[in-house]
Amino acid sequence: MKQHELDNRLSTIEDKLIRIERRRAPSAAEGAGDRVYLLCEREQVFEICRFLFEDLALRFVISTGVDAEDCFEVLHHFANDESGCIATVRAFIRDRENPEIESITPLIPGAEWIEREMHDVLGIGFKNHPNLRRLILDDDWPEGVYPLRKEVQT
Amino acid sequence: MNWKLWSLKKSIWVFHVNTGACNNCDIEIVNLLTPKFDVERFGIKLVGSPRHADALLVTGGGTRQAAVRLREVYRQTAKPCVVFCMGACACGMGIFEKGYHMAGPIDKIVKEVDPNAIIAYVPGCPPKPETMISGVVKALSAL
Amino acid sequence: MTEAVRKPVLAVGPFHPLQEEMEFFQLTVDGEIVTDIDVRISYNHRGIEKLSEGLQFDQVPFLVSRICGICSASHPLAYVQAVEEIAGVEPPERALYVRTIINELERIHSHLLWVGLAGHFIGYDTVFMWAWKYREPVLDLLEEITGNRNNYGNVKVGGCREDIPDELVPKMLKELDAIEKKTEMLTKAVLDDPVIHARLKGVGVLKKEDGIKFAVTGPTARGSGIAIDVRRDDPYAAYSDLDWQVISQPEGDVFAKAVVRLLETIEAAKMTRQALKKLPKGPVAVEVKEIPPGEGCGHAEAPRGETFHYVRSDGGNRPVRHKVRAPSFVNVPSFKASCIGESIADVTITLAAVDPCYSCTERMAVVDGRRNVIHDYASLLQMSRAKTTRLRKEIGAPEMKLEDI
Repeated sequence: MKQHELDNRLSTIEDKLIRIERRRAPSAAEGAGDRVYLLCEREQVFEICRFLFEDLALRFVISTGVDAEDCFEVLHHFANDESGCIATVRAFIRDRENPEIESITPLIPGAEWIEREMHDVLGIGFKNHPNLRRLILDDDWPEGVYPLRKEVQT
Repeated sequence: MNWKLWSLKKSIWVFHVNTGACNNCDIEIVNLLTPKFDVERFGIKLVGSPRHADALLVTGGGTRQAAVRLREVYRQTAKPCVVFCMGACACGMGIFEKGYHMAGPIDKIVKEVDPNAIIAYVPGCPPKPETMISGVVKALSAL
Repeated sequence: MTEAVRKPVLAVGPFHPLQEEMEFFQLTVDGEIVTDIDVRISYNHRGIEKLSEGLQFDQVPFLVSRICGICSASHPLAYVQAVEEIAGVEPPERALYVRTIINELERIHSHLLWVGLAGHFIGYDTVFMWAWKYREPVLDLLEEITGNRNNYGNVKVGGCREDIPDELVPKMLKELDAIEKKTEMLTKAVLDDPVIHARLKGVGVLKKEDGIKFAVTGPTARGSGIAIDVRRDDPYAAYSDLDWQVISQPEGDVFAKAVVRLLETIEAAKMTRQALKKLPKGPVAVEVKEIPPGEGCGHAEAPRGETFHYVRSDGGNRPVRHKVRAPSFVNVPSFKASCIGESIADVTITLAAVDPCYSCTERMAVVDGRRNVIHDYASLLQMSRAKTTRLRKEIGAPEMKLEDI
């Protein structure tokens, strides 16, 4: 999919988003290096990811969990390899006490590990995740300590 | 000299333990077996079980998950044995010193099992294969 | 112990070197056939993402080059590209070429390393010794440029740390010719060998649909007919100025992945030569004063696949969030698709085909619930090698004793 076509398709889901942000990588060659950020609330994340993965056939890259002090953010990065564009779904979880978001693993099996990792290190719950066991922390790691949260000092 | 130590110094067999290294030291250790360095000409051989080994080549800083396994491997190794800390991480956790998931350094982990363990340090990130050979020779001559 | 039917479980690991993720595999087996696979990681978790939040922007490349010793050029490069995206910095042209050259040299030595190990696992130690001998000159070249055989960490925000001295270029060209010739010879020897055909073709097939679902990258994807390559799709460094091809194979088996890696090695040598000949004059770095608030994604094609870094800055001198995605993190879970239905003797090479590292063969214990037999690593390797010998006989290749292999 060419970049302008991707842009057109993305604008069809604008009603589900807070807004779309666009950037460019400075050293990228002509016709590449586009970065699109799709900001949304957590309730919309599954539907948007389904649209990107199934309808637009973008490649799932990885997810990032961020402790942004007043909320948690889960970023799902997708790549459109034909135009070298990275489309990032940036979902906000406003509830800091009990952070939870819908899992995309039933849709994309490749997301299983990263959601388990985010569950380990940030304590974000994933609804409908088939296998939310501990992955990245050791067997003796204390429950309820999430090392990537900002209040944990090293 | 104790006859056990004397016999340890001939043709040592080594077992390689990775406790959370970045692979560099590990590749360099495997590199020792390949034609350019070929330590088998000195009788040094990588073996598949700690029970056959005279020395442990430990790489990595010792993560919490790996530390338990390292102690178990040390218990299984035939004594007397030498523990070689290969690389900066094994010697003192290197750049990962402040990591929340680290239990090292290696000498501390091993000494919890055996306070009198013989430990040799080969620093470098990663140590060159020549450094490793030289470190092993120096440690054995000091025994 | 009760007589209830227990599923026999094969435990692979946990200690095995060469990768940032040390894995522990539990293979559920039915006789010789693997029916399920479960992976436990954490052994190598060092908390790099948290450590990175405590370091300054220009210190982080040295940390991320130690994520993985073999990908120690591509991790810092991906990070630096993410930061340059935040700061809007354009590195000078010579720096882009130096980055390309270091990355391609890394690809040559990493792929040769894999070929050697793959040979070792199926009982071809000759291939192991050859391939590892051929990669030595590459390490020497990298040492001459950056000062270290591995862990070069040669990039920084705004350019490169060390330049390639002009007087080194003729020597590098000469070495590259030698490496290319040797690799071509090795490729021919490996790809024409009937035993390797019999041993690797049709083994550990990862279908294209499964590859997309598990989001695999790199040679694992390209061996399954998914022709993606960051160097072409989202060109960074100087890749858009070079003339080269993305190698892909449709079969998805171990043999296809071996072909992809061997041909990529030759391609990488060609690219390095082109880049050396075009190497522009000028400085290798620009000064970067401060990193403004913002977020950036950087990705680079490491030997194992796409390395992805996400960096967020709040305008201070340290990143507030730095996410690292190493290629094996998505390649390893694809074992769920490629290992199931294989025989235990083929699992070693199937796991190795992704190049997770030493392929967990450091130590294995197989517990066969029905016959109550315990196989250790040595006997598994023996099984793998015995299969090679049997196939050798079947296709009438010259006889070799097991001890000779």
